[in-house]
Amino acid sequence: MRRTVAALLRKDLTAERRTLESIPAMTLFTVTTFVLFHFGLDRDTLEGDLASGVLWVTLLFAAVLGQNRLFVAEHEQGGFDGFLLAPVDRTALFVAKALALFAFLCVVEVVALPAFAILLLGPGLLDPLPGLILTLLLANAGIATVGTLVAGIAIRTRARDLIGPLLTLPLLVPVILAASEATAPLLAEGGAGGPPARWLAILAIYDLTIGLVAYGVFDFLLED
Amino acid sequence: MGGGGAAIELHDVSRHYGERVALEGLSLRVERGQTLVVFGPNGAGKSTLLRILATLLRPHEGTVLVLGRELPKDGWAVRGDVGFLGHEPLLYRELTGRENLRFHARLHDVGEERIDELLAATGLERRADEPVHGLSRGLVQRLAVCRAVLHDPALLLLDEPRANLDPGSIELVEPLIGRASGRTRVVTSHDPRGGLAEADVVLGLRAGRAEILGDAVGVEEIGALYR
Repeated sequence: MRRTVAALLRKDLTAERRTLESIPAMTLFTVTTFVLFHFGLDRDTLEGDLASGVLWVTLLFAAVLGQNRLFVAEHEQGGFDGFLLAPVDRTALFVAKALALFAFLCVVEVVALPAFAILLLGPGLLDPLPGLILTLLLANAGIATVGTLVAGIAIRTRARDLIGPLLTLPLLVPVILAASEATAPLLAEGGAGGPPARWLAILAIYDLTIGLVAYGVFDFLLED
Repeated sequence: MGGGGAAIELHDVSRHYGERVALEGLSLRVERGQTLVVFGPNGAGKSTLLRILATLLRPHEGTVLVLGRELPKDGWAVRGDVGFLGHEPLLYRELTGRENLRFHARLHDVGEERIDELLAATGLERRADEPVHGLSRGLVQRLAVCRAVLHDPALLLLDEPRANLDPGSIELVEPLIGRASGRTRVVTSHDPRGGLAEADVVLGLRAGRAEILGDAVGVEEIGALYR
């Protein structure tokens, strides 16, 4: 399983490095949305709940962009058949794709956070950074898991660009709620030291639950 | 690769796509080392048959035994022994030929030396490090042949394998996918003379039904399938 996941992940990262189809689009979308919020809200700075909400909604939509591209090569270039012909655990495809989306999100956030701090955030970013990173990692895991599962369902439908977001957004309401609540105090003026443990725990429980569900059902999505 | 008994046994196999029948009540037997050549007009069910044998499709009715194992129940065990060459090369366009083969080699637990051996055998060493999207259809087909036989399968499923290949390329890939490979093969063809020349068993399909099945079949009978 580990060997198969590594092969799939290496293939996806190599393809992304060559085509630059997902990460640049996600990053550009994120920065552009911050600029739009900057002018749309007519505010030079945001803090607390509002800053947290703007950050997470923007990252969520950026993730949906990446999710829509996740299985395109498998669908259009026969990758599904190539993989299904091999005597390997089919769940490896889910694990590899979720890890790829998780990695894409992390790279996007390396650019998105400084852009957010420059364009919108009132309080400084350095003090709350450790807590913010922890929250981002937990939320990214949930977004990547749900995104991969939904992308696997949507890719075999004709209206996949529509079905992907329509299924993903409701499923990620708990992630956005918990991540926003965990981040809000960090982004408040004179913000607290760490994110509330309760919301981090909710994120972790959600990640675990949705991860187990996705792991259990993904194999069936690949059946004809 | 060897062993006695049938390589393929089908009993009353049917498959449909919604209302449309792709295969209906198909029964046949192919011994190990034999070549089954499948003829039939477009939409006759040839590709569906190959995809069922490759474990990519489930039959809706009937029994399928491949290399002594029942499908789809034992599909996992069969996959490592089957090589599939369909209409699509199953190669990633952005990756190089060598990267594609390396990817499939990892899935099949095959070593790097086998990749070099196949690239040399198909005359692709010089172009192996170019992205697939820059290769001609003939070179991509040669690369797809390498992918199909990478894990040295006992059973080869070949959907018009010589399409896009010039005579020189056909000569290069023959030892890998031709009769000389010694493998059990299922080959679809639209060329009655060429197909009959390599067939031990002939299957003629029309609208999913077997109209011809046997080992002594003439070119005229095959031609009638298409009229």
